[in-house]
Amino acid sequence: MIPLGHYLIVSAVLFAIGTTGVFLRRNLITILLSIEIMLNAVNLSFVAFGRAAGDMDGQIITFFVMTVAAAEAAVGLALIIALFRHRESLNPDAFTSLKW
Amino acid sequence: MDLRLLVQLGIIGLTFFMLINASAVLVLAERKIMGFIQQRYGPYLVGPWGLLQPLADIAKLLFKEELRPKGADRWLFTLAPILSVTAAFAAFAAVPWGAETTLFGLLDQPVALGVADVNVGLLVVFAITSMGVYGIVLAGWASNSKYSLFGGLRASAQMISYELSYATALAAVILLAGSLSVREVVDAQSGTWFGFLPQWYVFLQPLGFVIYVIAGVAETNRAPFDFPEAEQELVSGYNTEYSSVRFALFPQAEYINMVTMSAIATDLYLGGWHGVPLLTALGLGWLVFLGKVSLILFGYIWMRWTVPRYRYDQLMSFGWKWLFPASVVNLIATAALVLYFDA
Amino acid sequence: MPEALVFYAFAALAIGASLLVIGQRNPMYSVLLLIASFGALSGLYIQLDAPFVAVAQIIIYAGAIMVLFLFVVMLLNASREDGATWDRSHPIPSTRLGKVGALLAALLVVQLGWALSQLGGRSVPVGSRVDGERLGSVLELGRVLFTRHTFAFEATSILILVAMVGAVVLARREGEA
Repeated sequence: MIPLGHYLIVSAVLFAIGTTGVFLRRNLITILLSIEIMLNAVNLSFVAFGRAAGDMDGQIITFFVMTVAAAEAAVGLALIIALFRHRESLNPDAFTSLKW
Repeated sequence: MDLRLLVQLGIIGLTFFMLINASAVLVLAERKIMGFIQQRYGPYLVGPWGLLQPLADIAKLLFKEELRPKGADRWLFTLAPILSVTAAFAAFAAVPWGAETTLFGLLDQPVALGVADVNVGLLVVFAITSMGVYGIVLAGWASNSKYSLFGGLRASAQMISYELSYATALAAVILLAGSLSVREVVDAQSGTWFGFLPQWYVFLQPLGFVIYVIAGVAETNRAPFDFPEAEQELVSGYNTEYSSVRFALFPQAEYINMVTMSAIATDLYLGGWHGVPLLTALGLGWLVFLGKVSLILFGYIWMRWTVPRYRYDQLMSFGWKWLFPASVVNLIATAALVLYFDA
Repeated sequence: MPEALVFYAFAALAIGASLLVIGQRNPMYSVLLLIASFGALSGLYIQLDAPFVAVAQIIIYAGAIMVLFLFVVMLLNASREDGATWDRSHPIPSTRLGKVGALLAALLVVQLGWALSQLGGRSVPVGSRVDGERLGSVLELGRVLFTRHTFAFEATSILILVAMVGAVVLARREGEA
């Protein structure tokens, strides 16, 4: 039997990795991927807590998180495509001036 | 080690072995049936009736030179066929192919014929089949060639479009059977109506069966939906730049996907291993299963060499504008009828 | 014992793949490594008696969202990009902002570690109090989802519709009909 803390440690480590990716990487696609890592870490937390409490809600909320992640990935990628068409670059530092 | 564990390992090994043999047999079957449809003999020189032709084909492929284009991505070029064939084989793991048997009294506890019986088995097959898209799209990209890229992108877009209709047709069957486990769906089709008509779901869901078969043909990139890999169109599409062993894995993955689609169609719509009471009583239900799967595979090959190919935009328009609404209507009608008759 | 082994294997794969995701220069490799990480997480969900969530993870995340990412990476040719000088720099920057970012990330790690250490009941084995049969049943999941959480379900479907329309509008070229 695996203690609850083990799952939570895995979830925390994944969340920290995702946050590090968002803070440190300078490529728009990798930033989006790091956001997906964070969302998955949160999903793992929910399912682990749901299992420990014997409640179905832990699994149910993961569906909503997955759906929201899908919608956000779609819109985010569309934004990246639109941005790339203007600046030919995927580096967020290239979009620092307000004028196109 | 106890006998039951050994028998289960043996069943897993046998399933794997039979899948590999199936792809070899399908190579020969395709060419022979193609030949007879075109009013000529197929291969007949190697072995009696050409039965050893697949061995000759494999030997030829193994002796070819392993090429890799200069600009091709080193890791992805090799990873793509591996992904394709792994997804193809793994998807068959959740497909049961026979009833529970005690091996004619050898075991005291019956063992189920199939690699695994997962309680969400149908979704597992669907999930692993949808991973097969990656092999194709990575092959197209990693080859660093225009035709490959187009072929890869078109093939993967086609596959993910037809997955919708495929899943919705499956959902209607799940409604009827009340379970996601494939073994339970098969066992729900075990009786007969009026004493002679077997309770297969193809009689309850004729539209669903047609939708499933069409979506299955499109999923496996077979004719008439094989535009992305047709020789006349895209110089063989995503596997243009491949040779020898890496190439051989792609048709093998395609044939194994065909076998998996046929096996699931048999399990979900044609009653699996039920239908011939004599053989089921003897514990030889898997022979019935084999026969039904072979019939559907023959239908696949027959369709390829009879019907002309869809153009790509016609293909996508058909998948989104006709097949998907039809499968949604099928699902809603099934749900309404299930509610009406069970209320 | 085999259960602990499976857990450590999947957890190591998930964490290792995620570390490689943020460390790769080529976004194509990052996407593929993330798929591996999702597969490992799916294994963890199965261990937590959530088979439907595990399969949904593979179908939705690894099978659909990552294909979308892959298509965009290929469309923008991100892995071969030869843009301005700033794109060819080291993936983890050593500028002043980069140092602040690294500090914030380290702070987050410390905070998460502290929060976990304060959690009571963390050494209770998962699943010791209730059985997994009921939690792993898809019938029960559907029942709860469509009765208690109907509103969230319907709102999510509207959300997906909005996202679909938004993505189509955003990715259009200027001047197209």
